[in-house]
Amino acid sequence: MAKLEDIDPRVLVIKKRLKVVSEIIPVMSSKGGVGKTVIATTIALLLARKGVCVGLLDLDITNPSTHIVLGINPASIVPEEEKGVIPPRVHGIEYMTIAFYSKDNPLPLRGTEVDEAIKEILAITRWGRLDYLIIDTPPGLSDPVLDVLSYMDKISPVIVTTPSPLSLKSVERLLFMLTEAGITPKGLIENIANKPSERIIEITKKYNIQYLGNIPYIENLDIIITDPERLVKSDFAKKVDSIVSKLVEANK
Amino acid sequence: MHEWALAEAIIDYVSKVLRERNAVKVKRLVLRIGKLQTIDKEILVFALNNLAKEYDISIDEIIMRDEEITLKCRKCLTQWTLSPSQLPEDIREAIHFVPEVVHSFTKCPKCGSRDFDIVSGRGLSIESIEVV
Ligand SMILES: [Zn+2]
Repeated sequence: MAKLEDIDPRVLVIKKRLKVVSEIIPVMSSKGGVGKTVIATTIALLLARKGVCVGLLDLDITNPSTHIVLGINPASIVPEEEKGVIPPRVHGIEYMTIAFYSKDNPLPLRGTEVDEAIKEILAITRWGRLDYLIIDTPPGLSDPVLDVLSYMDKISPVIVTTPSPLSLKSVERLLFMLTEAGITPKGLIENIANKPSERIIEITKKYNIQYLGNIPYIENLDIIITDPERLVKSDFAKKVDSIVSKLVEANK
Repeated sequence: MHEWALAEAIIDYVSKVLRERNAVKVKRLVLRIGKLQTIDKEILVFALNNLAKEYDISIDEIIMRDEEITLKCRKCLTQWTLSPSQLPEDIREAIHFVPEVVHSFTKCPKCGSRDFDIVSGRGLSIESIEVV
């Protein structure tokens, strides 16, 4: 006879929900404002246009913003329920965000609550068969983020940074912590950089990860950022597309 | 239905316990049901029984204990409770799926802060499981 106390039954089911996903790519950054959300969403949009089965999951719980890049109002969408929640299809992407439930209201949560909300979303969302699940993660490597990663197998994060001297130290810290947690990033993207910078390349060599490419500063990005049709045709997307090719290439 | 997703999580866990303990059946399964998540118990039991059959698991008794909602302000330490039935349906639904979004829709009745803890009554957990 076994008697156990106070079990959270969600953890097991999370692994099962993610079994249908071939590869999970959390897009991570050590700092906010480096373009992580736009890059994550653009990667998903470009993969969908290539006919790849792709999902996009916004786990930036207190500040979800992928829906802005997708140009949709999350309060107007109620995901279909079928023994869980079926992610609605947006621009060919299976899409899930907490903004469907917070209705885009402010959601001030502390660390443990962020963790709870993430677990709930992962436990209820029933993804279809996906080649890639792209995840927009909260900036920095907080405990909740590390927890998220621990619920998943098959993860290969993509790191986004800028060449700013302020970013160098923190991106290295992020890489160090990931390595320590036994997670190997798929590669690093240098954003807002007109050319690859030596220091960043040095860091990728040190941690033995792929330098996926640089994305120059693009002047009108803020204007096209909420219009997916224009976004995917932009110079920004062209740069991201060459990075996507490398991501897909690595799997062949 | 969210209840099905939760039931699946419970049955997955139960089958793991049965395997690990080399047990043949569940004598008693005690679930704690936080009221914030407004779980439909009828659907939950229906889903549990259906999934148990599918997994070839026998459960003699399922007990469900309600847990009252207690919220506590981190600023002024006021404690209060909430009646989900008084919330508009779409908000109740949203909280049903992800209880943490209650922070988007409720404030401390005394000081108006959204910085509060859900002390009890959040959602579903397995209080105990007896197998033989
Ligand atoms: Zn208060």
